[in-house]
Amino acid sequence: MRRASAGVVVLLALPAVVLAQEAFPPPDFTTGYQFPQITTPGPREQIFSYVDIGVLVLTLALATYLSIWKRSRRELVVLVIFSLAYFGFYRKGCICAIGAIQNVALAVGNADYQLPLVAAAFILLPLLFALFFGRVFCAAVCPLGAIQDIVLLRPIKVPGWLESPLGLMPFVYLGAAVLFAYTDSAFIICQHDPFVAFFRLGGSTAMLIFGAAVLLVATVVGRPYCRFACPYSALLRMLAPLARWQPYLTREECVQCNLCADACPFGAIKAPTPTEDAPPRRAGKGTLAGLLVLLPLLVVMGGLLGWASSPVLSRLHYKVRLAERIWAEEQGTVEGTTDESDAFYHLIVPSAELYREAGQIRGRFDTGSALLGAWVGLVIGVRLIAMSVRRRREGYEIDLAACMACGRCYESCPLELARKRGDGVQYAQDKL
Amino acid sequence: MSDKPRKQTRREFIADGARVVGLLAVGGTLGSLARRGEAQDTVWQIDPDKCIACGNCATECVLTPSAVKCVHEYERCGYCELCFGFFEDRRIGDDEGAENQRCPTGAIRRSFVEEPYYEYIIDEPKCIGCGVCVKGCQAYGNGALILQVRHDRCLNCNECAIAAKCPADAFVRVPADRPYLLHSRAQAEELEQADRQGQKYTGRPAANGRERRPTTGNRAE
Repeated sequence: MRRASAGVVVLLALPAVVLAQEAFPPPDFTTGYQFPQITTPGPREQIFSYVDIGVLVLTLALATYLSIWKRSRRELVVLVIFSLAYFGFYRKGCICAIGAIQNVALAVGNADYQLPLVAAAFILLPLLFALFFGRVFCAAVCPLGAIQDIVLLRPIKVPGWLESPLGLMPFVYLGAAVLFAYTDSAFIICQHDPFVAFFRLGGSTAMLIFGAAVLLVATVVGRPYCRFACPYSALLRMLAPLARWQPYLTREECVQCNLCADACPFGAIKAPTPTEDAPPRRAGKGTLAGLLVLLPLLVVMGGLLGWASSPVLSRLHYKVRLAERIWAEEQGTVEGTTDESDAFYHLIVPSAELYREAGQIRGRFDTGSALLGAWVGLVIGVRLIAMSVRRRREGYEIDLAACMACGRCYESCPLELARKRGDGVQYAQDKL
Repeated sequence: MSDKPRKQTRREFIADGARVVGLLAVGGTLGSLARRGEAQDTVWQIDPDKCIACGNCATECVLTPSAVKCVHEYERCGYCELCFGFFEDRRIGDDEGAENQRCPTGAIRRSFVEEPYYEYIIDEPKCIGCGVCVKGCQAYGNGALILQVRHDRCLNCNECAIAAKCPADAFVRVPADRPYLLHSRAQAEELEQADRQGQKYTGRPAANGRERRPTTGNRAE
């Protein structure tokens, strides 16, 4: 009896749901019943976002002071721990400068997304500091760099033949992240952040294992994520060499003891080139000419490959996947429905509109993937040219693009130690 | 030797110029982007018109239990004795025994108001955001039970793990000062007014031909 009455209720309710009328009429209370209040707890107050920006500015300024002016690694490490605590564990690693790239790309590509001020500040301020002082952000502010720096025990050198191709990954990652964020498909930087699960003290098993694996590697390889993955580093690498006030080894006459290059865990200090090793100039010019011709070919090839992979890449977008599924169901090539297609039918939107939207997204991906491919080709070509151009170095030089301004080098320079003890000449910052 | 200082200055000048240009370019782009709105922070929220109560909210959130919880919109509720958000389809009685309830954690409290109306209150600490009550209410009732992201819990990740897996694409970014998408009468009125005037209402995503449940006109007041 009860089941029958329930069945009758269902039958009566169904057309009501379809016609979007409320199935059950509003109750007329006679006892003066008051509806309870729906609680709407708000998110973190906006003012705290401004506090975050303030802390970012202060830590960047302090990192600059400690790394470039005071040149004290011990105090820099204290700042590293603070940044790890604040930006890492307190703010849970979000929002970060690396991820903010995606927010900017999303804002550029979608008129209905407003870029929050905090995202703009987080992406801009470290780049600004890099433009003037080098990668001080990496030195002691970025929580991802901080956690890798803390666990570094015995750095081993990454051989050049491995470092060069791996060093291209950040550029490729940057291009891919921008493409997927611009098309509003996914924030892949956030999805593949190895450390956010630790900062949040929670995450999927896969994320935790991945993070632990990266940290394990980071005990012996200096800052693997920073050097071989971080898309923000691609931007920093381009700006840091332009810095006006750069990290430097020593003003004293270098005794070529090699301790600084040894101490650098990131391979950012280049030894002087042996004078006998230079290949004949004509052969060098030939190689360079060949590579310059190769560059546009690589760009075009990359563009074509990228364009060809557009269908695959576009499937990262929800609407494209949905359109393919709905099409397959309409054509009868698949059986049944999925949660996604059920949800779509629930919306009473004509499938033609979905196909139109998916087509627009695919169009964006066609252009975007071609550009991504061309970008990768360009990056490879430029790297090959850079590798072939041999610069004569008479002394030890810091590779500003790779230097993390961590201070290990001048802490290990015997001349600097002597200067600090007062044995050497005291000199002022003449670039000030 | 006397040439070297001059070359250095010229390079420095070009570098300075490059810095200024870079600064202006980047600053200008970001300024224009941030000024488009109030440049406010955005937070995640579920559009209840799109949600199909699939259960991913309980399992995909990086927090345990999820930051998503059931919210009861009392003004839409029918206050039925036989509430299908509360009661299971297959049950052995019409009492409040655990075996008769949909909710796996017993987070809905049922209490008698007056004949024939019963009140259903969500006990939030017990709710895990699984949505079975929402599904029942959507299927057989007024759709007064909805899933919403609770912002006292939500970490507001830049990429919401649930949003990435939502089969209905129901997660949207909303301004932080209007973080809930409820069917309240006031919000429905604002939305309809904005539609009439052809304006964009940023408190809620555009309708796009999707059916909307009217909340005005059905209430006798």
